[in-house]
Order: sequence, then C-alpha cells, then structure tokens
Amino acid sequence: MLPIYQNIPFVCIFLCMVCGITMPLQKNGRTALWTAVAACLTVSLLCCCLTLILYTGEESFVYQMGHFPAPWGNELYVGPLEAMLGMTFSAVMALSLLGGRRTLMEDVLPPKQPFYFTMMCMIMASLLALSFTNDVFTGYVFIEISTLAACAIVMARDTEKTIAATIRYLVISLLGSGLFLIGLAMLYCITGHLLMPQLRQKVFMLLVMNRYRVPFTVVVGLLTIGMGIKSAMFPFYAWLPQAHGGATTSSSAVLSGLVLKGYIVFLLRIFYRVFTIQEIRALNITNVMFAFGVAGMMVGSLMAIREEHIKRMLAYSSIAQIGYIFMGLGLGTDGGVQAAVFQIMVHAVTKPLLFLCAGRLSEIRGHEKSLYRLRGAARQDKLAGIGFTLGGLSMIGIPLLGGFAAKAFFAAGALTMGVKMWVALLALAASSVLNALYYIPAILALWSRGEQDPSPAAPDRGFMTSASALMAGVLALGTMAGPVIAVIRMGLSML
Amino acid sequence: MDLHAFLTKAVSLRFEIAAVILFGIGFMNLMLRHNLIKKIVAFNVMDSSVFLFLASQGYIDGRIAPIAREGIVGAEHYVNPIPAGLVLTGIVVSVSVSAFFLALVQRLYKHYHTVDFDEIMIMAKKKVD
Amino acid sequence: MSKKTDALRRFSGWVNGETAGHAAVRREAARIEHKKLLPELDEQQRIRLFSWQYKLVALVVCLTVVAVLLYTVFHLPLFGDPENPAVNEVVQRYVEDGLEETGAVNMVAGMILDYRAFDTFGESSVLFLAVTSVMMLLLRDARNIVRDEDVQEEHERVIERQTSDIILQKVTSLVMPCIMMFGAYVVLNGHISPGGGFSGGAVMGAGLILLGASFGIDKVRAFFTMKTFRRITSTALLCYAASKAYSFFTGANGLETGIPLGTPGAIFSSGLILVLDICVGLVVACTMYGFYVLFSRGEI
Repeated sequence: MLPIYQNIPFVCIFLCMVCGITMPLQKNGRTALWTAVAACLTVSLLCCCLTLILYTGEESFVYQMGHFPAPWGNELYVGPLEAMLGMTFSAVMALSLLGGRRTLMEDVLPPKQPFYFTMMCMIMASLLALSFTNDVFTGYVFIEISTLAACAIVMARDTEKTIAATIRYLVISLLGSGLFLIGLAMLYCITGHLLMPQLRQKVFMLLVMNRYRVPFTVVVGLLTIGMGIKSAMFPFYAWLPQAHGGATTSSSAVLSGLVLKGYIVFLLRIFYRVFTIQEIRALNITNVMFAFGVAGMMVGSLMAIREEHIKRMLAYSSIAQIGYIFMGLGLGTDGGVQAAVFQIMVHAVTKPLLFLCAGRLSEIRGHEKSLYRLRGAARQDKLAGIGFTLGGLSMIGIPLLGGFAAKAFFAAGALTMGVKMWVALLALAASSVLNALYYIPAILALWSRGEQDPSPAAPDRGFMTSASALMAGVLALGTMAGPVIAVIRMGLSML
Repeated sequence: MDLHAFLTKAVSLRFEIAAVILFGIGFMNLMLRHNLIKKIVAFNVMDSSVFLFLASQGYIDGRIAPIAREGIVGAEHYVNPIPAGLVLTGIVVSVSVSAFFLALVQRLYKHYHTVDFDEIMIMAKKKVD
Repeated sequence: MSKKTDALRRFSGWVNGETAGHAAVRREAARIEHKKLLPELDEQQRIRLFSWQYKLVALVVCLTVVAVLLYTVFHLPLFGDPENPAVNEVVQRYVEDGLEETGAVNMVAGMILDYRAFDTFGESSVLFLAVTSVMMLLLRDARNIVRDEDVQEEHERVIERQTSDIILQKVTSLVMPCIMMFGAYVVLNGHISPGGGFSGGAVMGAGLILLGASFGIDKVRAFFTMKTFRRITSTALLCYAASKAYSFFTGANGLETGIPLGTPGAIFSSGLILVLDICVGLVVACTMYGFYVLFSRGEI
C-alpha cells in the first residue's frame, strides 16, 4: 500500500475529469460554476500539501496507472516542481472562474453554461496530466483535449468574430499537433518505447552507437516546433491577439495564463526526461529558441504599443512574456531554465489578474473596450484599478513584484554566457522600456480624472476575492522568490 | 549508395514515403487553401498519413494479426499490436476535431453565406466588436 | 431541342437535390446580398497581394518540411523487418502474457483497455468534448438563429413528412435490426475477435442515423431525446472513469482487484474489459448520432 500522499496526483486528475463529465447533468450555470471552483480549489490544496511533503522529503515518485509497471503500462512521475505547478495552475483557474463570472453569465447563454464549465474542467485535467505524465503518447492525447477545450472556450462568447478567431486558432493548432504527432511516430519507430525512462535509455544507446542520427535530430526539431506553434513562439503568434482579445474575461485569463504554459511545461519535461538537456544544448536547439524568444519579446511589445483595444493589448503582451520563457530556455544554463519556470509561474498569476481587472473595468463602462472610453474607470472600482496597476508594474519589472524577480533571475542566468549575455541583457532592458511604453499610458488613462466625479460601481464580491488573491500572489512571488526558486531548482535536478 | 540499392530501399520503404508525401499534401493545403471545407479535408489527409506511417511500423514480414489463435504461442508469430492501438486513438481524435471544425464552418456559413475564409475575415473586420 | 435541354436541366437539378424551389431562391438572394457587403476592388486587391507573399512563404516552408521528412525516411529502419527497434520486450509481453494477464484474446483490445487504459480514457473524453462543443455551437438558441430560419425549418419538416420514401423505409425496417444486432455483437465480442467499443459503437451510430434519415428525426426522438443522450453519455463515461479509477488505484497500491478474469474466449471474461467496451460503444453510438442530428437540425 503506497503512502497516502502518493495517490494525490491520480486523485486530482480524476477529480477534474469526473467533474467535467458530470457538468452537462447540472441544472444551471450557477451550480456548475461553484462545482468547478470547488474542484479546482480542492486540487490546489492537495497539490500544496504534496509540494510541501515532496520538498521537505526531497523525493519524487512514480505512480503506476494500472497493474503493470513501465514500459508496459502508463505511469505518472511527480516531483516537487510538478506539484507546485499543479498547485499554481489550479488556484489561478479557480480564481479566474470566480472573478470573471458576471461577464461570463451574460456572454454565454444559460442552457450552454454547464458546457463551458465542462471545457474548463477538462483544461484543468489536461494541464495536470501534461505536468504529471511519464508517457509521451498520453501527453499527445491530453494535448488534443486541451486544444479542443481551449477552442471551445474561445468561441463560448458566440459572436461571429470569435468564431472566425477560433477557426484561425484551430487551424494553426492542428498544424502544431500534426507535426508533433509525426515526430512522435518517428520517435517510436527508432526507439520502440513510449514511456520516458525507457526512451531515455534507448536515446542514450542510439547516441553512443551513433545510429539513426538524422531521424533523431529531425524528431527533436519536429517536437520543438510542434509545441512552439501551439504556445505562440515567435513566428507562430498571429492567432493569439484575436483569440485572446475577443473571448470572454475568464477565457482570456485561462488561455493566456494557463493553456500556453501547459505545452511549454510538457516540452520542458520531454527535453529533460527523454533527450537530456545536455543533448538538446549540443544540438543547438537552444540557440534557435533563444533567437525566437528574443524576437518574440521585441515584436510582442512593439505591437502592443499600437493597440487601443485593452484586451488585445494584453494579448500582445502575452506574446512578449512567452518570448521571455523561450529566451530563458534558450540561454543554455540551469539558471536560465530555472528563471523560465519562475516566469511561467509569475505570468500565470499576473496575466489573469490583468485580464480580470480589465474585464471588470470594461464591464462598469458598459463593455467598452477601447482605452479612450475607459478613461477614469479605475475611479469607479478602486480595487480593479489597483489590480491593473499592480499587474502592469509587475510586467514592467518594479521591485517587490513577481516580474522583477523573474527578470533578475533571467539576468543572473545569462551572466556567464558570453555573446548570449549581451543579447539577453539588452533584450531585457529594451523589453522593460517597451513594456513601460504601453502599460504606463494605460494605467494613467484608467486613473485619469474626468470633469464630473463618476459614481462607484456595484461591488462584485467574486471579483474582489479573486483580484485580492491574485495580487497577493504577485506580491508573494516578488518578495518570497527564494523558497520558490529552491523548489524549482530541486525539481529540475530530479527530472 | 548506387541507384539499384537506392531503388530497392525506396520500394521497401514505400509506405513511409507515401505517408510523408501525403503529409506534405495535407499540410500545404491546410495552410494555403481559402475554402474552409477544403482545409478540413486537408487536415484529414494529413492525419491519415500519420496513421499510415504509424500502422506501417507494426507490420512484420510473414506474421499474422494479433488475435491469439489456438496452438500459436510466442511473440515471433504475431505482428506488433502497439501501433494499432495508437492509430485507434489517433483516428478518434481526428474525427472529433473534424466534427468540431465542421460545426464552426456551419455557423459561419449560416451567417456569412460563404465558406471562403478570406471573405469571412474581411466581413468580420467590418463589424464592431 | 430546347425542350430536351430544359427537361435535362430540370432532371439533373432534381438528381442534385435542388428540389424545394422557394428555399433555394431565398438562399440565392441572401448570397447575393452578402456579396454586396464585400469591399471595393482595390481593398480586395490589396489583400490578395499580401496573401501572394504569404503563399510563397508557406509554399517554401511546406516544401522544406516535406524534403526534410523524405530525407529522414531513408534513414529509418526497414519496413517489416523483425529486427526493428520497435520489436522489443514490450511487444513480447503484450503478445505472450497478454492472454493470461488481461484475459483478452484480441491483443490490441487488451493493450488499449488494460495495459494503456489511461490513453483510451483520454480519447473517450476527446469524443465527449467534441460532441459537447458541437452542442455549444449548434444547439438552437436565441443567438444562432438567422432571420427566417424557423420558417424554413418548418417548411422542410412539412416536406419531410409528406415525401416518405417507400423504398428507403421498407429497406430500413428490414435492415435496421440487423445493423443494431451486428453493432452490439461487435461491441460485446471486442475482446475475443477484431472489433471493440469504437467500431461497434460506430456501427450502432450508423444504424441510428439511417433510422433518422429514412423515417425522419421525429421518429427517433420518440425514444432518443436530449435527456436520454445526456444521461447515456455522462453515465457511460462515469462508469468508465469509476472502473478505471478502481483499477488504477488498486494497481498502484499493489492491491488485488477481486475481479475474475474468466476463461479466455467466453463473452464474460477478461474482467473489466467487457464493461469498458460497452461504455465506449454507447458513448460512440450516441456521439455519432448526435453529430448527425446537430448538423442537420440543430437540436437532438
């Protein structure tokens, strides 16, 4: 009989999937919402306990899904890093659902609200499965679940513009999935295994015997590009602004904050557990990711400066932040990867905060989305204004906030790398300035004083809870970055 | 490698080569076509090509299908069953995604009366958000 | 001569299904009206120019991908070679010990529903997600009904009721029970012979679609409503989840399942695989029929 805490990952995944499956049987959207929030909070609590146990015990474990061990049956592999990511993702999802619920109940018609929460629960299940799985084909199946559910929550708003944006998202996503699948098929062809530990042994043997070098390189390239397409790496970001900018508030928060990260986490795990990160660096894949990351940082911020529509501005900002993550992965040092994972967590907390506050401010002004018409909206709901300000300052990189800690770790990771150090530091500096160029005017516009004093808006307790919790998260990541980075470091060394 | 050896190898790898060519055809059409229905067909061709590739990995010369038969025991008599299972999963995923894509196209058609993606994007841009 | 071509044109129109004249005329009018919304020629020209560059880049990218893949394929292991890397101890155990460990004669069924059951659970969820999202898009509600669509629907329903196709209905009433029985047979024998939940479910779904197409969807709605649909899919998937949760929990913790494997070759054998096959078969049948009726009618 295993120790009780080792059953937690399995319980979390199944809880989310069962919740998703039973949602269509719910009576109305209200009960569906509270069930989903309760499920996500339970998962978050369980993963928090698991993180503490695994970190203090310095262990990671393998959980057999069935009666047969690897390589014959499926398995889960959980370490402190995966548990912490699971905790963060589920907490952020619960808070996003809670904070955006008022707009959600208007955007989605009542008979279809339970279906929306099915999709959300399935996204949560797929995020957990991608973080915990020890098998690449299971990862592919859950990637497809995530794609379908993410497209469904984009088009939940049911206008023609969102449906057109969904089609573009779906087409590009399918290109990524197709490349990933053929890479997977070739990997199976040359190794004969699907479970990660066995794959790693086989890959090591192939490298030692110098067989199948060409297919091996092509496989690594296909897997990277496939996942890069799906997580909006530099040249493949065209679908993001309309999809994230047009969707309802909870959807934008979950898509920007969580869904994109799931794919990056899975790619990272494949790099560490199948190919070994040293081999990836030897193949120069890291240089390609570095170049694309830096390009993404610049292009995302430049295009955000020109945007008037507040949600599309935040979506372009997401492209820039994903660029940071790829830059960190591409630095080629352990410090760079740790910084990238820290940035994953910081962005997962900050971007939903920004989207929720933007959604709330836009809702007070009658769903106006352009910054011109939202002038002074922060004076009607001070909490939303403060939340947006805090999120924006974190993106720029003001100390005490999560974004500053992430940039500090990136800089520290880059310091010994020669040419890459110059490029990375320059990119960090330029990108901070560019971020300031669009966040500061937005914040000033929101707080500007008009001719008459606007009346305060009716309070939304759900929004107040989520915004406060997310703000606390941003501050916590900024001030208590030490323990977090220690967990990340331990988790990565165990991968 | 001289021509004769190259051709023999190409003939023996016929399924994989056919799969890659079909993958290219599907990929190209998925990216380049304006007509949404043709994009869906291209996506199906692309996915089918990957299934062909996977399924061809399972076959072993001279062996029978993996249904246990009386008296024939031992792994050297049966074909590899793993790729068959992977293809099964892949087909279901492909059907699901095609259905979803077609539903999206039907909604857009009902509103815009065209399945040309360029025209739809132009008309969608004109509407207020 | 003109009479003949006229008659020929009308005949070919009838063969192609352009019967209901009013609906076709209305659709044509709506199409012309929407063409007017397209902008003037120069903006279209501008968009076509940009897409010319995009097409060139996309073509180059595709050709590169195909060339790289073709080059790789020549370095892969040979087709049908018993010395392939894919033929290893994993395959050996599935083939040799599969019968005693899972009880399934069909090794593929044993593999996907017992050894690698988590993948199949994910795959059934993908199907469930697809039908849910198609329902989100196509179920009729206040937002996705276009102007005179309900009038059009009523018109089509009246036509459907009046023009009953005798040949189709007689053949369906003969063939339909056989189809459903065959589908049930394929599902129940999934672990003994080629088949399984997915193929059997597809056959049953096809039977339901045939019933709906020949007798009209109202006839099917007499026994298969939205409530039935929701209950069957959710219950079947829940049953699958519960069985697999029990199996994973006992397996990981090293406990015995307590479910007998029976004699291989009998229908009631191989433990939970029969139950899982039935659940999957029900989900697939409902999903296939659901897709058909949502696309044609917009409601189940």
